[in-house]
Amino acid sequence: MIKNISNLGDAALYCDFGKEINKDINTHVIKYFKTIQKKNIPGINNITPSYNKLIISFDLKKINFNKLKKIIDNIEIIQNDSIQNKKFEIPVCCEKGFSLDIKRLEEKLKMKEEKIYESFFEKEFFCYMTGFIAGMPFLGDLDENLRAKRLDTPRVKVPKGSIGLTEQFANIYTFESPGGWNIIGNTPLNIFDSSKENKPNLINPGDLVTFKRITKENYQNYHE
Amino acid sequence: MSENYFEILRAGINSTFQDLGRNNLYHIGIPFSGAMDKRNYLLANKLTGNDHNHPVIEFAYQGPHVKYHGDKINIAITGDVSFKIKNGNNLIDGECYQSFILENDDELDIISTNKSVYGYLAISGTFDLKFQWSSCSTNTKAKIGSNNGEKLSDNQKIIIKEINNNFVSRKLNYINKKIENIRVIKGTNFNYFSEEGKKIFFKNEFKVSKLSDRMGMRLEGKKIENIVDTNIRSEGLIKGVIQVPADGNPIIMLSDHGTIGGYPKIGVVVSADYDKLVQLTPGSTIKFQEVDLNSAENLFKLYDLETQNLISQI
Repeated sequence: MIKNISNLGDAALYCDFGKEINKDINTHVIKYFKTIQKKNIPGINNITPSYNKLIISFDLKKINFNKLKKIIDNIEIIQNDSIQNKKFEIPVCCEKGFSLDIKRLEEKLKMKEEKIYESFFEKEFFCYMTGFIAGMPFLGDLDENLRAKRLDTPRVKVPKGSIGLTEQFANIYTFESPGGWNIIGNTPLNIFDSSKENKPNLINPGDLVTFKRITKENYQNYHE
Repeated sequence: MSENYFEILRAGINSTFQDLGRNNLYHIGIPFSGAMDKRNYLLANKLTGNDHNHPVIEFAYQGPHVKYHGDKINIAITGDVSFKIKNGNNLIDGECYQSFILENDDELDIISTNKSVYGYLAISGTFDLKFQWSSCSTNTKAKIGSNNGEKLSDNQKIIIKEINNNFVSRKLNYINKKIENIRVIKGTNFNYFSEEGKKIFFKNEFKVSKLSDRMGMRLEGKKIENIVDTNIRSEGLIKGVIQVPADGNPIIMLSDHGTIGGYPKIGVVVSADYDKLVQLTPGSTIKFQEVDLNSAENLFKLYDLETQNLISQI
């Protein structure tokens, strides 16, 4: 449930679901997100769910903080909404040229490359949110022994398709972008497609994701 | 005349098609985009007889130099911009906030913005553009919007598919004032910063860095010390949010910003000051002044009323 609603500037509500991050809390956030989206409340122009927060921005010409807060305070959540968790298997090539930070991780995590990959490929991930750049999924949770900090200096350009790790999360760079996550491989699969306006994101909050290791040859010959 | 178009002789530094942007896509990672300085965008459209959500060309610093081919058309430029119009052998100094007629083979050279960043070129017609999520707005980082998500390039052709035969001459007496005091509401992580850091934020001046673009404005100044954590759990952002990463220098989120971020938020620029904020050039100084939510709402009402008044004067 929402623990507190405050204002983020003069044109957004900051809904705080508490300090913890887990699937249950995130599922609540997503339920609120879907309910509010469905209600089409006049004035709202964006709703951003994240691990444990929901930010609702609005057009100050149409509504203000106090009026919208009252509506959100009294909103009835659609409980058994048809949130269908889709499952995806994402092919990843971890060979040289794709696994840009594997050596750094070996050092930071004091683990051998093969152990890192073994632990990573065994895991089923949960998509907490998408964003930062269009379609980028934030996937959790990595096992404790795979948790590393961001690069000290972020890369100016992370290649499209890169799989990055940081703290308890993995992500996929949907297009070339600056970024500071530890890159362990690259997928030939297109995760974001702006030509599909109704469904540009392959992976959405609540979906389940596993990764499958492929060779460079498979990568180069990959067809969706 | 079979086709009306601009031939781009020089594209300028960052010339893109913009309108009011796109809503309700933050959750998939797509920001509003849209014209950075909304007031000047709206005025440009009104000066050429368009409605309020009509694509224009936004330019930064140096604008495009174009040659026009086709039936006569009205144009208007807003902002604080130096430009020339060449018709035949006549070279005319252009004036902002005034419509001009372009005829076949005329040239329009948008030389530069003066002590400001963005300017707008509107036409009494409709560019032939591809829309994505009901907006033409180009987001060059995500490659979304018209012109294949790219800024304009030299030698390209911009087709005008329709001209509204509205050649009324329009003019507005308006000077685009500059402000250096930017009003902010405290952010959700204001208490992450030391007493000294908070004081620096509201008392000191900051300099706008060269590393500023449509995504964000980076500032340089005395380091704002964080005493809690230089990272927060990634969460949603909105435009105007001022984040302070570990190096202690603030970054303000602008129209093409990343939708999620993990740096503490020290403040948020009030909606009333956004159009003025984006016009601050690298090297300008900026000073933050704290206001509460109620004042921010009133400031916006006033600002919006002023914009509506300007529009109704045209």
